[in-house]
Amino acid sequence: MADKIQVDGGKTRAPKSMRRSRPEVHLDTEHPVTVTIDGLETEVPFGTTILEAARKQGVKIPTLCFHEDLCVAGVCRVCLVEVTGHSILHAACAYPITEPIEIFTNTPRVRRARSHMIDLLLSEHLGECYSCWRNNNCELQKLAQEYGVRRYRFGHVSERSEPVDRSSYSVTRDMDKCVLCRRCVRTCIDLQEVGVLEALYRGHDTKIGTFLDKPLGEVVCINCGQCINRCPTGALRARDPVEEIWTAIDDPTKHVVMQTAPSPRAGLGECFELEPGTPVTRQLNTALRRCGFDRVFDTNFTADLTIIEEGTELILRLYKALVEKDASAALPQFTSCSPGWVKYLEHFYPDFIPNLSSAKSPQQMFGSLIKTFYAEKNGIDPKDIVSVALMPCTAKKYECNRPEMCDSGYKDVDYGLTTREMGRMIHQAGIDLPSMPDSDFDDPFGTATGSGVIFGATGGVMEAALRTVLELVTGKLVENFYDHCDITPIRGFEGVRLAEITIDEVGPVPEIIAHLVPDWNWLKGATLKVGVAHGTANAKLVLEDIKAGGPFSECHFIEFMACPGGCLGGGGQPIPTSPEIRKKRAEAIYAEDAGSKVRKSHENPAVLGVYEQFLTDGPCGEVSHRLLHTHYTERGKYIV
Amino acid sequence: MVLLTERDRLRQSLAELAERYGKQRSSLLPILQEIQRQHYHISDYAMQVVADLLGIHPVEVFAVVSFYSFLDFKPKGRFIIRVCRTMCCHMQGKDRVARQLETDLGIGFGETTPDGRFTLEWANCIGMCDLGPALLVNDRVYTQVTPNEVHHIIEECRKVFGVHATQGQEV
Amino acid sequence: MIKSFVQKKLTFREIDPEKGLRAAMDLSPEAVIDCISDSGLKGRGGAGFPTGAKWKFCRAAKGEQKYVVCNADEGEPGTFKDRVILTRFPHLVFAGMTIAARAVGATRGIVYLRGEYTYLLGGLKKALQERRDDGRLGPAVLGGDQEFDIEIRMGSGAYVCGEETALIESLEGHRGESRNRPPFTADTGMNADPTVVNNVETFAWAACILDKGPDWFRVVGTDHSVGFKLFSVSGDIDRPGVYELPLGTTVQELLEAVGGENAKAVVIGGAAGRCVGQGEFDRKVCYEDVPTGGAVIVFGPGRDMLEVAENFLEFMCEESCGQCTPCRVGNPKLLECVRMLKDGNCSASYLREIVALGESIHAASKCGLGQSSGNVFLSIVEHFREEIMGRAVGSV
Ligand SMILES: Cc1cc2nc3c(=O)[nH]c(=O)nc-3n(C[C@H](O)[C@H](O)[C@H](O)COP(=O)(O)O)c2cc1C
Ligand code: SF4
Ligand code: SF4
Ligand code: SF4
Ligand code: SF4
Ligand code: FES
Repeated sequence: MADKIQVDGGKTRAPKSMRRSRPEVHLDTEHPVTVTIDGLETEVPFGTTILEAARKQGVKIPTLCFHEDLCVAGVCRVCLVEVTGHSILHAACAYPITEPIEIFTNTPRVRRARSHMIDLLLSEHLGECYSCWRNNNCELQKLAQEYGVRRYRFGHVSERSEPVDRSSYSVTRDMDKCVLCRRCVRTCIDLQEVGVLEALYRGHDTKIGTFLDKPLGEVVCINCGQCINRCPTGALRARDPVEEIWTAIDDPTKHVVMQTAPSPRAGLGECFELEPGTPVTRQLNTALRRCGFDRVFDTNFTADLTIIEEGTELILRLYKALVEKDASAALPQFTSCSPGWVKYLEHFYPDFIPNLSSAKSPQQMFGSLIKTFYAEKNGIDPKDIVSVALMPCTAKKYECNRPEMCDSGYKDVDYGLTTREMGRMIHQAGIDLPSMPDSDFDDPFGTATGSGVIFGATGGVMEAALRTVLELVTGKLVENFYDHCDITPIRGFEGVRLAEITIDEVGPVPEIIAHLVPDWNWLKGATLKVGVAHGTANAKLVLEDIKAGGPFSECHFIEFMACPGGCLGGGGQPIPTSPEIRKKRAEAIYAEDAGSKVRKSHENPAVLGVYEQFLTDGPCGEVSHRLLHTHYTERGKYIV
Repeated sequence: MVLLTERDRLRQSLAELAERYGKQRSSLLPILQEIQRQHYHISDYAMQVVADLLGIHPVEVFAVVSFYSFLDFKPKGRFIIRVCRTMCCHMQGKDRVARQLETDLGIGFGETTPDGRFTLEWANCIGMCDLGPALLVNDRVYTQVTPNEVHHIIEECRKVFGVHATQGQEV
Repeated sequence: MIKSFVQKKLTFREIDPEKGLRAAMDLSPEAVIDCISDSGLKGRGGAGFPTGAKWKFCRAAKGEQKYVVCNADEGEPGTFKDRVILTRFPHLVFAGMTIAARAVGATRGIVYLRGEYTYLLGGLKKALQERRDDGRLGPAVLGGDQEFDIEIRMGSGAYVCGEETALIESLEGHRGESRNRPPFTADTGMNADPTVVNNVETFAWAACILDKGPDWFRVVGTDHSVGFKLFSVSGDIDRPGVYELPLGTTVQELLEAVGGENAKAVVIGGAAGRCVGQGEFDRKVCYEDVPTGGAVIVFGPGRDMLEVAENFLEFMCEESCGQCTPCRVGNPKLLECVRMLKDGNCSASYLREIVALGESIHAASKCGLGQSSGNVFLSIVEHFREEIMGRAVGSV
């Protein structure tokens, strides 16, 4: 079982952007250097930045362009400090300590220069905090407050110089609020390696833009929203459907249904000043009903369904490829539940489209079921159903607008709502989420399993799939292989992971899938190789590795998530994000899994019920293919 | 017979360029400079092909092109006249030279003549401070230009097209 | 043909570039570095970093491939001496680069030539070919064990690419945006390998010093600034051109040499330099007093100093790389203030506010451009207050 691996000679990036071209001083923990910070002497490893050293001493230095997930830029110049003997000030985030120095973080000169930086930024910033979505959660606003800005010393803009770019289904850009910290650039190019945003032009004309400065909707943006998560201001924002959802709720003829994904439930608490990683699942159900949603469902239900469908697809593919030697069955099979990842593949590696599982994402499966199965069962005209999905993700907003996602005859999911937007709706409704009583999800999709929950963390889909596949194929409980069915080797935040599982025996295969292949014995003694990658930069590493015939080319099944950390680090999650916060959210998710009564997708009685009553020809059957599977588009990356 | 479209040909020549300079990021500027030299600007398509060849993102190429004054992503004239506008040339009378250029070419700064032959631009210090006013016509430097000489400079360029400006005819 | 006036007596005319090179090849690298260190040569590009120390760092730095880069991006308004050197004494520069390569153990040399000087390219390439042909460049320089070759790379019109880290970014195919330091280029430069970046003139002097010895160089100058330096002098004077003068020459002496005695002000160091008024003409041009990369621009009695400040600030606003806040947003504020002064509607208190901002821009900027962009303006405000305050609207 390999968990730490090197692919393609390069180190995988546990979510941390790296710009190879910008050299940094490497940390050398063997060589401590003595520094004095505001009179306090301390030792730090060679190469520690002044900012880190100060933080360790409990000295707070304001920052703006610095972000824990990203490589250093040193461009906002807010984090200035004075170093004895140096005539100029230094940016603490960008100054590695390589020799003993004496640092002062609070001198008149430093204070004045910092407030000058803030004044300068504000002078070109369309400051209209009342109407800005980041009001109260804005790093620029906070700096202005901390540094006592009481007037606009160097002027102030109150008129728009550029219209807001609303061309994308997911991300809107208001460049009049951009402070050119370049976090989005570092996110998009270095962390995600999608490469949509860059600094353009130069001097005072510098701006952040896309290729040819086109609207975001026209370039190869994968809608992951990671740039939004790291933007310190209101310049980037998810496309907001809240007003439309309220309108639907207020309309008595509409039946408004909500599905909630596991990651928002692990993150939403942060919008209510709860510690990161405080799960609010059942309180949220109550809050949603009070908001006026007619039904509240658990996306985990279709996550379980996804596992059955995708697992079945995998078995069929393996059989075709390994037993029938049919070259058209592409291996490894790739997961398809992350719409950002799907779009990434369509743009950059269209040759791999045959490898993508045709199973829809849980959100879209639910969408189709609600407007077909649920509507039928409850005698509701699907045209009156408004289906909302609470997601950690901005790409889901794009996904539900893909033209092919209308298999119910209507738009399967009407709105993708992010965690942040949900938080605002609840605030708006005057509901104090933390004090809500618990309540359950609505039937008929009421039960979900722990497997569905862990979809939210990187490695989760794989773990859920393995739990099911192992058990169905071997006929033995997963607990025999892994304690508490925690398949820990594929957990964690390592950028890419590989695991191998040998199937020693093939047990009685349950009826629901038994008919799929004529014979199951070929699996006996087989070694199932699986991989996990999160963040598109890591996805790229894996794809390049497959192309080069590396270890990932031997995999049978690989989980890809577009966002670092998986959905729990999604572009729609509360801001800020950091490795620490993502870890806490993951803990919440694994705790919810551990506390679930049922932990394996194939044991979900409601899922089995759907196969009995509706998808009667079984997993990957004809109905299921029509409603739960989809197809992809070769997009390519050329845009003109 | 092989039928090559404009794009195919461009792609082919860019591939050759990349081969010549090497397919690494540090070849980006030499490649772009060469494209600029041959085509007087770097087209949208060319930027994407170069990005592909060097394994970088098109937006990175665009960011570079938009950074440097001598790289253009919009078509420019066959002759780009850049008048130095920095202090030394200013003191030596660049304004009058500039005015004469505007009048003779019938365009303002930042514009291209309708026939696509001349573009008039300002330049920051071109290193001819002792010999101002100075200007660049593509790579060529003209020093101590007088308003009266402007006419000759333009004329000289026009010869390349085989047209005499004074005859006012196009071929 | 571009013919700048060049002072008759010029050391470079008298030196045989190859003698210095031969001397260097016979010495150990350490001895070459010692020779340069002993001479007290400091960078001629403006910042005045001791050249010997720079080479020593680079020699000590670990790296398989080392680079010697000649900064021929000469973009500072008012400077043109590098152009003259490259036109007339290219071999001196190439010899100097080869000596540096010997000293630090580099095998690749790059001349970063500004795009405006494309017309020099042919001559320089020819000179390089001559050197290759007779073994002064190539796998075995002068038949010894030093491998070295030089290629020329062109700039594309960006002043900031003269800043050494921006220059390297540009060489690597990026936007010319300065890097954070440390690490310094001598340690982590081109492709993250150790890289020496020196000015054209610095290399030329290095070749001279290797020929004539360190003591020869030290005979003129001040305590901290020794040797001769080339000055590009332009503006309201009788004989604009390139002059060789000892460091430590006073402004007055310089003005006398170039025929600019009736000057009202002199800007030394170009747009990034500072403005010296009549009362200060006894100041010395050297690293410890008024430093310069060589640009001297003289302003006669009729010149409007606000126009000077405006022109230079316009230059800075356009040429800033735009990555850091103080330089990108701050310089336009200074420019705006100059325009307000020109129109007579800048209050004294706002001017004070702007002067304080100027100091913050200097202290907070990431690279030398922003750190020096306000110098001219601030020194004009200091010395010419009477002239700039209280203008009538449209008086200019
Ligand atoms: C904005 C800016 C522009 C510069 N331009 C040049 C230049 O054109 N030529 C040059 O030699 N040095 C220039 N420098 C100085 C270089 O950064 C660097 O200090 C120099 O090349 C080192 O060489 P030296 O030690 O031989 O002077 C510039 C610096 C700054 C901040
Ligand atoms: S980005 Fe921040 S400072 Fe700007 S308007 Fe929005 S809340 Fe206010
Ligand atoms: S949404 Fe993702 S791909 Fe699109 S610009 Fe932002 S970071 Fe880049
Ligand atoms: S859009 Fe946001 S993240 Fe990007 S540079 Fe502007 S302020 Fe920074
Ligand atoms: S000081 Fe100016 S030129 Fe230098 S890095 Fe900052 S913005 Fe760029
Ligand atoms: S936080 Fe250090 S420069 Fe921006």
